[in-house]
Amino acid sequence: MTVALKKTAFHLESPGIRLLRQTFRNRSAQFGSILLAILILACLAAPALTDKDPNAIEPSLTLKPPSLEYPMGTDNIGRDTFARFLYGGQLSLRVGLVAIAIGAVFGITFGLISGYFGGWLDSFISLVTDILLAFPDILLAMTILAILGPGIINAMIAVGIAFIPSFMRLTRGSVLAIREMTYIEATRALGGSDFQILFTHILPNAMRTLLVLVTLGIGSSILAGASLSFLGLGAQPPTPEWGAMLNAGQKYVRQAWWLTVFPGLGIFLTILAINLIGDAISDAVAGTIIARDHK
Amino acid sequence: MVNYLIRRLLTSVLVIFGISVLVFSIIHLVPGDAVSAMLGRQKVNAQTVAQLREQLGLNDPIPVQYGRYLSKALRGDLGESILNYVPVSKAISEQLPSTLALAFSALLLALMVGFVLGLMAALAHGTWLDTLAMGLSVSGLSIPTFWLGLLLILLFSVNLGWFPSISTGSSLAALVLPTLTLGLPEAAVVARMVRASMLDVLGKEYITAARAKGVPQAMVIMKHALRNALIPVVTFLGLQMAYLLGGSTIVETMFARQGIGRLAVQAISNRDYPMVQGVVLVTAIIYVLINTFTDITYTILNPRIRLK
Repeated sequence: MTVALKKTAFHLESPGIRLLRQTFRNRSAQFGSILLAILILACLAAPALTDKDPNAIEPSLTLKPPSLEYPMGTDNIGRDTFARFLYGGQLSLRVGLVAIAIGAVFGITFGLISGYFGGWLDSFISLVTDILLAFPDILLAMTILAILGPGIINAMIAVGIAFIPSFMRLTRGSVLAIREMTYIEATRALGGSDFQILFTHILPNAMRTLLVLVTLGIGSSILAGASLSFLGLGAQPPTPEWGAMLNAGQKYVRQAWWLTVFPGLGIFLTILAINLIGDAISDAVAGTIIARDHK
Repeated sequence: MVNYLIRRLLTSVLVIFGISVLVFSIIHLVPGDAVSAMLGRQKVNAQTVAQLREQLGLNDPIPVQYGRYLSKALRGDLGESILNYVPVSKAISEQLPSTLALAFSALLLALMVGFVLGLMAALAHGTWLDTLAMGLSVSGLSIPTFWLGLLLILLFSVNLGWFPSISTGSSLAALVLPTLTLGLPEAAVVARMVRASMLDVLGKEYITAARAKGVPQAMVIMKHALRNALIPVVTFLGLQMAYLLGGSTIVETMFARQGIGRLAVQAISNRDYPMVQGVVLVTAIIYVLINTFTDITYTILNPRIRLK
């Protein structure tokens, strides 16, 4: 009797919670989440952590090495690198989130339509996706920036668009697999509309695989955004942003190591944290799929 | 298989055609007037604008413009840079060898480092060596190329003075830092693939069988496991190469090295649209050709796909 009860309790756990539990049982995921939480909180708490203005120019304090007063030193026009690091981090993180949101919303929508309805619409969307996938990501983002013109908002849009094809591909693949399941047929037989089937049955079931792409994609889009800013196509001076800070600091690599080390460390640690979490989610998702197939 | 090959080639032709449409559209998708955007802050009169419009053929109907663009492109004429009037195809053919040299040397480095790390991790699966190799690998995947490049400059150029931080000319020393910058993150990808593929193969029954009949460990690894484990890695080479071409934009820019990546960045910053179109078109076509070639090789090498 007790055994039976325990079994029921286990099955009552929602798939989402189970996935979370499995993900965070992983040591690297725990480390990654703590690291990411520290970085995000530090950037958000910028006004509390420093009283300096990230754009305040102090000609008497140019290229000062790290000290208690200036933990990350100062740049070529005497701005506090620590303040710029924190405020710049806010922007870099925002670029990643906005870009991935654009990529996910459009990519998933196109993928659902393409995979579910099929026909000429599917052929057309798939062809456009193939064409877009023929560009290396960064080149596609750069091409879009060539059209829209440089700038941080445009960089978010460009990186977002560059992500649409990957989301579309993955969603379409999942839809094709799920569409043929018996429960979809059953819903249709019971009179379920296409809209209902797509959003209450297919999308939630495709979500697990998409979650991996979203997580790892946030990392990639932060990186892509910073790369564009590094190339001078994203955030424009004097806006603090990690990639743009590296671009500016690059010229002083011989005199001021702190200008290249800290902003890069910010990008590296953020992406490392996200990759660790993403890998754990990916393992957990693979685990649940295997467990389901073996039942 | 012939059917599959024909279909694969047709798709590639269709994709290349699509790329040409997209690249052609760049100039028309620019919000507002592309010509004014190109001339930017230069003080020009209406006559110059009209002249450039005429020169770029922007006054004709769009299908006519596209037809002209395509027929010229097929003959290798990609227009002229609006900045220095150099023919785009000439600029690209001058810069491409430098990019290819960088991409090849980075690929070679990535394969060597990635192979050693991946194999080590797989053979020492579950030990600290595995953890170390995979730690290095996830760090390699997370490190921004431009930061890695700057750190390498800081260490090898500023502090040790071994290699130049500016990669001009064709000397081998100048190629070292760009190769490390581009190749090391890629080595991380290769290491992961080699490890996963090797672990997969080592779990197979024919490996157990080989061991059971007393084949020495080294022989099991070299003769039975490695050969099979390498198939997915080798077929992935094409994609890696293509990725390296994209990565060259950043590496070339930061090391002030010649190449089409840097050409692209400069063209975009200067809004030199004919040059942007040319570089994007050529890079995308190379990418498609590599992918097509990879797919076809894979099909020929893998009988399981051939039968389908």
